[in-house]
Amino acid sequence: MGIEHIPFVGQSVERVEDAGLLSGRGRYIDDLGTKPGTLHAAIVRSPHAHADIVAIDVVAALALPGVAAVVTGRDLLDITAGLVPAVRAAVDARAIAVDRVRYVGEPVAIVLGRDRYVAEDGCDLIEVEYRPRPAVVDPLAALEAGAPVLHEGVGANQVSDRSFRYGDPEAAFARARRTLVVTVRYPRNTGSPMETYGVVAEYDPTDDSYDVLANFQGPFSIHAVVSRALKVPGNRLRLRTPPDSGGSFGVKQGVAPYAVLMAAASRKAGRPVKWVEDRLEHLAASVSATNRITTLRAAFDDEGRVEALDWDQVEDCGAYLRAPEPATLYRMHGNMTGAYAIRNLRMRNRVVLTNKTPTGLVRGFGGPQVYYPLERLMQRIAVTLGLDPLAVIRRNLIPGDAFPYRTATGALYDSGNYQHALDVAARDGGLEDLVRRRAEARAAGRLYGIGYTAAVEPSVSNMGYITTVLTVAERANAGPKNGAQATATITLDPVGAVTVQVASVPQGQGHRTVLAQVVADVFGIALDQVRVMVDLDTAKDAWSIASGNYSSRFAAAVAGVAHQAAVRLREKLAAVAAAQLNVRADDLVFAGGRVGSRTNPDASLPFARVAATAHWSPGLLPDMDGAPIRETAFWTPPQLTAPDEADAVNSSLCHGFIFDFCGVEIDRITGKLRIDRYVTMHDCGRILHPGMVEGQVRGGFAQALGAAVYEELAYGEDGAFLSGTLADYLLPTATEMPELTVLHVESPSPFTPLGAKGVGEGNCMSTPVCLANAVADALGLDAIDLPLTPAKLAALAAGRDEPAPPAGLAGKGSPSRVSKPGDRTMRGEGSASVAAPPETVWAMLLDPEVLASVIPGAHGVRKRSDTHFTAEVTLGVGPVKGRYKADIRLSDLDAPRAATLAGTVTGALGNGGGSGRITLTPEGGGTRIGYAYEAAVGGKVAAVGGRLLDGAARVIIGGFFAALARRAGQSAGGRANAPGLLRRLLARLGISP
Amino acid sequence: MPQLDVGARHRVRFTLNGAPADVEVEARTLLTDALRHGLGLTGTHVGCEHGVCGACTVAIDGVPARACLTLAVGVEGCDLRTVEGLSPEPGRLGVLQAAFRRRHALQCGFCTAGILMSLDAYLRLRPRASRTELTEVIGGHLCRCTGYAPIVAAALEAAAILRGEDPSEPTAQGVIEGAIEGEKAHA
Repeated sequence: MGIEHIPFVGQSVERVEDAGLLSGRGRYIDDLGTKPGTLHAAIVRSPHAHADIVAIDVVAALALPGVAAVVTGRDLLDITAGLVPAVRAAVDARAIAVDRVRYVGEPVAIVLGRDRYVAEDGCDLIEVEYRPRPAVVDPLAALEAGAPVLHEGVGANQVSDRSFRYGDPEAAFARARRTLVVTVRYPRNTGSPMETYGVVAEYDPTDDSYDVLANFQGPFSIHAVVSRALKVPGNRLRLRTPPDSGGSFGVKQGVAPYAVLMAAASRKAGRPVKWVEDRLEHLAASVSATNRITTLRAAFDDEGRVEALDWDQVEDCGAYLRAPEPATLYRMHGNMTGAYAIRNLRMRNRVVLTNKTPTGLVRGFGGPQVYYPLERLMQRIAVTLGLDPLAVIRRNLIPGDAFPYRTATGALYDSGNYQHALDVAARDGGLEDLVRRRAEARAAGRLYGIGYTAAVEPSVSNMGYITTVLTVAERANAGPKNGAQATATITLDPVGAVTVQVASVPQGQGHRTVLAQVVADVFGIALDQVRVMVDLDTAKDAWSIASGNYSSRFAAAVAGVAHQAAVRLREKLAAVAAAQLNVRADDLVFAGGRVGSRTNPDASLPFARVAATAHWSPGLLPDMDGAPIRETAFWTPPQLTAPDEADAVNSSLCHGFIFDFCGVEIDRITGKLRIDRYVTMHDCGRILHPGMVEGQVRGGFAQALGAAVYEELAYGEDGAFLSGTLADYLLPTATEMPELTVLHVESPSPFTPLGAKGVGEGNCMSTPVCLANAVADALGLDAIDLPLTPAKLAALAAGRDEPAPPAGLAGKGSPSRVSKPGDRTMRGEGSASVAAPPETVWAMLLDPEVLASVIPGAHGVRKRSDTHFTAEVTLGVGPVKGRYKADIRLSDLDAPRAATLAGTVTGALGNGGGSGRITLTPEGGGTRIGYAYEAAVGGKVAAVGGRLLDGAARVIIGGFFAALARRAGQSAGGRANAPGLLRRLLARLGISP
Repeated sequence: MPQLDVGARHRVRFTLNGAPADVEVEARTLLTDALRHGLGLTGTHVGCEHGVCGACTVAIDGVPARACLTLAVGVEGCDLRTVEGLSPEPGRLGVLQAAFRRRHALQCGFCTAGILMSLDAYLRLRPRASRTELTEVIGGHLCRCTGYAPIVAAALEAAAILRGEDPSEPTAQGVIEGAIEGEKAHA
């Protein structure tokens, strides 16, 4: 025919998404209108990590004009059920607390108002009375006998304990010449998409159905969990997603509990309900990656060849096991040997619950937690043996001719040539030069190190991998689970234009562009003749449980199935055109917007005319199975089988390869980590759109840099959440980004339709440990945990010894005494002079009326006994102003010389407790009041950070004594030792106090 | 400044993307909510509501400002520009926007409006901005998708085009000059 179609696939075409997004015309969930009468929700959340809910008083909130309803956990008991996880532990994982809270930020009540402002006003008026319980934050402490138990139904905090054995690890360890252990405490972090969660839900009582719009990202196996929690069959939960989503990185899977919550609230209120999460809620209570404590032991020989691994993993899933957890622990099960040919493994996997936010999907999902110990181990083996770490990595790699390669734990690695990737990376990434730079830096006395990481990046999860958490007998009972159904629908309209619909639910990755490329190539038409729709409606679109945007499945699975659907449709269209042109179908070529004969240039038809035939002229169609109008294809790879009886599982379809190396320098004084060079080599199979692959790598790298150096979802030992704002949870900005060299080799996957593999998560797995290995090299460390903060590195550079782990990760009995950002313990002391004798001051301290007038912000002080007072106080700390209930007790009374004051304050915004010793010493005719105090706070107030709290405490306590001094001065006949401004004013007026 | 009644609604009049606009708000209504829900201009995004992420950045009298930290009643009589005002006409992209598209400087697009507004204001002020300067401007925003490098590249490319230079070779001379200028500016 002479016209050739130059493929769009493989080109970095401009994205079809961008014009709208750059013009402010995106359609994110909060941009879509709502039905008239829609109520806006705000959520009252727990300030306690662990407490009983004694009472919830909603009267004042309901009386507020504009508040339509208040819904509590008890109100929803009858119309909802728990969110069922993969492990059937006796954990009632509800979307809202019932009678008890188990993490800071857990929903306690929902206020529904005419707008968000009114709903938030209503939240302030809700009084929740809590009875705090001891909290447990550290996963190992949670395993100990006598630890506070979160769920009495389980009886302990451990909800799963499985051991695995592959090959002959015992023999390998017995004959090993050397063994070595690394222990890693991997901290909590999260993906922090710039758009938070949003839900709009409506219940229709006439057919008992729910319509829920949520910026949910999948996996759609969760649809079954949500419909079950709402007690309706799947066809009565219509779950829709908006056309655009402001990022997810796995995290928006966690909107599912709120879909349940808002749907049920809508049913209670009888009106549609809209909720958009705010950032403080998101940081405290959306989704965290798991923190994990891993002990990894290796048996190896004198050359560094690893014979066996022994994994012991303790996974912390937070307060509730929420579907699909404990998937984080099992996602990597097939590739626990990474890029290495290690045949003998022993593994123990435990899952524990602690008083922290429930965990869920976060980019990298289980990868960072596995590669950190594995690649630290390889570096340690090299150092122990005095070998080059790169030589040890190379020695253990899976041979290039071994693919497809079945790992010891059951994964089938599809393709790759790891040695080749290493060679190209070392050459094109300038490794020799980097080694020279290290030598120069060290010669000049600077702290410079090089880190390496080899990692296998799994993508396209097997929906059955999570059942590896079950025993063989339990699996047999439940029936085998496996596969990863992907789907795409292609429709031809009456003018022959092409529309593609997929259930991939993109969160910014550009799926519409790539699908247009793939389908336009199949039909030989222009890119703009294909329109791609990605907003999903479970009531009308094709989908399955594996649908959604996770496990980097788009390029490998969704683009592939779209290609299959297009090819099927093309075959039918070829038959249509062949009949009209009187040529053989296999003689036809689709190119240049026409369907024409390869051999006869005169025989051709416009594509649009062929494509429209079934609409206008069904009589012209040859015999075929179904009209060529709409084609829906489903595809699941046969390689994704269920776990076998030996617990071997092919947990993912595709296995890309990453090799990273970097050079870092650490400032000896400040501990600042400077990344001199970072090189990342990827083999993600066939690349469909180089610009987008580059974007995935760079974006993933930035997130990994954050996780490695800046970010931690930190908790106090009492479970208080300490990183509740973006000023405390630090995300990297443009100024923190080092130069990044991105390299590629391509080993197409034989298992996917287009040869592509996933690439979105790799750097989240490889980069944190690569940086840690470089730091270990620079400082000569055996052990180093994340995050690599300047304070930690400065201490290590000075003492070469890692400081105590951060609060919340510390083992029992090792509280950190060092003051640091986020520390919520405040200490202070001071004194004030009062122009009244100690006896008068003493009497005042015991008088509720006096106290009411001198406690800053106090109203309603009540004397419960001679030594017990309660009060309501309004306090502001930084941006957080709130009302608190104070409970104050006096003890160790030594009238009129000394007393100990101990108290607690509780309120919606936080809670605190502390004690102080007050001493009264005669001084002239008056009294010198001395005080020393120690106090700690929790809840939202604590999350604003310790920096503000100290100052606030000083102001409040100073204010108390200043007021007491003034008051004492009045009662002593006006001879107040007036502080500050008053004294200066009196002095100016010539009045000497 | 007049005292405003907490319970009352107030009509605020200002110029929005070159045209007169007015919106009725409470005294406490944030500018983000007034723009998005009062006027339907949903291109300005809300990412953190505490001034860190920069997604809500708009230009008030030519100066970038966090709309989430601005009360709507405070823009009475001001000249406001939002991302909706960047396109020369519907369906066409301005120079900066087009550079973002060419360089794949956005993925989910949620932070993009704020970054465009900051860069637009800065490039008007300093057309010869250096890489360092532009990186610092972008450093006032959080983006979780791109890793920032393509945003810096797009900003440099747009700056070169706006100066009338060949964008295919903006880096060598332009950046060196810019860097020298930048150092002077910082000194």
